[in-house]
Amino acid sequence: MSAVAETPRRPLVLVVDDFADNREMYCEYLSFCGYDVIEARNGAEALEEARSRMPDIIIMDLSLPVMDGWEATRRLKADQRTNAIPVVALTGHAMQGHSKGAIEAGCDSFVAKPCLPDQLVAEIRKMLSTPRVKAAKAEG
Amino acid sequence: MRAVSPAQARKPAPPIEGEAGARARLSLAEFLLGTDEARECAQGTVDWLAQAGARRAICALIDGETGKVKDVLARGVPDSQLRGLTIALEDPQDPLVFALAGPEPVPLSAKRRRPAIFGRDDLLALPLPVSEKREARLGLLLVSLAGGELEAQARWAAELLGQKLSRLRSQTALLEGEHRLARERELLLSIINASPDPILLTDTEGRMIISNARADALFSAKDGESEGRHRAVALNNMLFSATLSQQAIDESGAARRELLLVSPSEGSDLLFELLSSVVQHPREGTCVVSILRNVTDLRAATEQIEENYRKLKLAEADVRAERDRLDLIIDSVADPILVTDPSGKILLMNSPAERLFTAPDDPAGNDDAQRAVRSNDAHFSSFVTNLFLTPGAGMRWRAEILLTDPAELQPLPVEAIAGKVLSEHGEVTAVVTILHDRTEALEKARLYEQLKAASAQLEERVREATAELVRRNELLQRQHLALEQGSQLKSQFLANMSHEFRTPLNAILGYTSMLLGGVSGAVTPPQKVKLERIDSNGKHLLSIINDILDISRIEAGKMPLHLEEFELPTLIGELLAEVEPLLQKAKLRTVTEIDELPPLLSDRQKVKQIVLNLLTNAIKFTPQGLVRVRATTDADECNALISVQDTGIGIAEQDHEEVFEDFRQADNSVTREYGGAGLGLSICRRLATMLGGRIELQSKLGQGSTFTLVIPRRGKRR
Repeated sequence: MSAVAETPRRPLVLVVDDFADNREMYCEYLSFCGYDVIEARNGAEALEEARSRMPDIIIMDLSLPVMDGWEATRRLKADQRTNAIPVVALTGHAMQGHSKGAIEAGCDSFVAKPCLPDQLVAEIRKMLSTPRVKAAKAEG
Repeated sequence: MRAVSPAQARKPAPPIEGEAGARARLSLAEFLLGTDEARECAQGTVDWLAQAGARRAICALIDGETGKVKDVLARGVPDSQLRGLTIALEDPQDPLVFALAGPEPVPLSAKRRRPAIFGRDDLLALPLPVSEKREARLGLLLVSLAGGELEAQARWAAELLGQKLSRLRSQTALLEGEHRLARERELLLSIINASPDPILLTDTEGRMIISNARADALFSAKDGESEGRHRAVALNNMLFSATLSQQAIDESGAARRELLLVSPSEGSDLLFELLSSVVQHPREGTCVVSILRNVTDLRAATEQIEENYRKLKLAEADVRAERDRLDLIIDSVADPILVTDPSGKILLMNSPAERLFTAPDDPAGNDDAQRAVRSNDAHFSSFVTNLFLTPGAGMRWRAEILLTDPAELQPLPVEAIAGKVLSEHGEVTAVVTILHDRTEALEKARLYEQLKAASAQLEERVREATAELVRRNELLQRQHLALEQGSQLKSQFLANMSHEFRTPLNAILGYTSMLLGGVSGAVTPPQKVKLERIDSNGKHLLSIINDILDISRIEAGKMPLHLEEFELPTLIGELLAEVEPLLQKAKLRTVTEIDELPPLLSDRQKVKQIVLNLLTNAIKFTPQGLVRVRATTDADECNALISVQDTGIGIAEQDHEEVFEDFRQADNSVTREYGGAGLGLSICRRLATMLGGRIELQSKLGQGSTFTLVIPRRGKRR
């Protein structure tokens, strides 16, 4: 991936987490790693941000107040404008049901907490490099 | 009787004295001698008297048997008058009867009134014969005496005629006797001939004097007849004589014998019964009368009868045996049985009944027993009477009677069941009654009542107990529910808690990692060491949280099995690579001994988790030496064995079980020294169980440990 290609615009990552320390930690590290970052504290905010800012990828904690991550993901995937944005689920619930539910809701991948910042970045890079995402992005 | 001189003249001469008179008498005597007929004699006599001068001469002949006048012959009497002559023999006053009765001639005076037949002269009535008894009078001669010496002539003629009539009468009687005899003899012969049995009269020598036709058929043969018949007759005669003579020797009186003869006509055997008796005959001397009775058929009949009789005897014996058996049965029935007539009189009873209805033999007389028997009798009689009086009693009648046992004087309640015995005509001939002792039944009924009461009590208790049980059961169910809910809550709690732990831990580890990564600028070596301490403790905390999560997953049944085929050596290679940093750090050698094995079918992730845990334990508790990993199968090749052997501190025998419990290490001090929550082996054991296997431990304190995972080579989904 050449620097030239990235010059016009840095990838925009939406980090959704109600726990401020984690959210800000990821945001700080993602910025440090060269991403544009926007934040949301719950599902409703996440929907709003996603529709207004159209991020390249969404990091979605599942246990959220107001609207939880599953519901938010379902709505993103049901919306034609946002259904192409990859969603990476992030949860502390390591139980089987959680990851399964996340996939059913439409999440594209799944990362269990604790997830070190560099691990998250590795996951984001992997997701963004897949051709499907680019194609969806080109159409968007 | 006066002697009669022989008469020369055939015709009666007139009565003349002297020689002429003698000649006249002679003529009458000759006439009478030559005449054999009473009427002619009488007629000749009256004629002779008329010739002698009698104006009337009448002779009435009397039938000796009837005593009535049979013939009247007369001379000088008109025929019309002859019929009028009657002698009323039953009238003794009648002069004729008087004359017949008297011994002397009776004059019948003409002066007296008399029938016309007598004429006008005096008559002399002369009985015939003159001197015989009155009963033997055969006639009466009536002569008119007109004319001289006629009375003497009449007396003489009457004498002569009377004698002649007497002689004639006796001659007639003799002839008749002979005739009768001959007739009787014929009759007798026809009688004996008519007898179906041969009858014989023999003399002492056995010669036949008289024989009937049947006897002739057996014992005589004529010249013209067949040779066989002659022989048979000869044989029969011989047999008969032999039997008779034998009998004469044996017995003197009448005797019965059996005599076997031959039928001369058919040649078959004939069996006779010979009945012979000796008779004394005045002329023939001693004779033997024999009657033979053909018993050939009789013998067969007798045999038949005997056979029947024998059968009858047998049948009777059978009947008797049957009756004996019946008696025995009736007697052996413990219940009293009575047979009574319709009036209630006891006809028959078995011995148990006798005990109740018969007074004891004891002559001293037990008054109480006697009373009991009388009372029993009265009760029983009234029962039988009721049978007839109660309408609708039908053929059977059942009642309870309270009797008394005469022997023990105890009340004896009995159930009496009576049945009527009917004759062919439907009349009641007898009543059979069975008495059944109710004492026991009543006692049983009482006990049954008690039992029922006890049973009801018991039932009540069981009901109470059941209710209590139900109550407790409900309680238990509630408790169980509460427990389950508690367990559910626990799992939920643990799940939540692990999430709640992870969120801050995420921040701790994340920021530590960022600081160590130089996101906020370079860190000094002492800072780096401290950050690394934070990092390692955070990771340790995370592993504990993960362990707790695993246990709660397993307990909540939320740990699914993912069976797949995999190569064990590959898996072990991965594990060794994973723990390589630890091994290097601990300066331990590793030895692997992997057998050639076909792929395993099991949950790869869980097998890996278990063996990894065993390896990290081995490294953790081995200060120096080596760790040996072995993979093989057991003897029957059903299970795969993966063992991890170390040369570490070892585990005391008594702690072998404890190390598998939650939050346990062999020694709590170990936890402090070696770290770890003590959940690893507990999880390993649970996982091994999930895989259908187990973990075995061989170890001694100070001599190292060998943990072996034993799992089926082909696992099954549960």
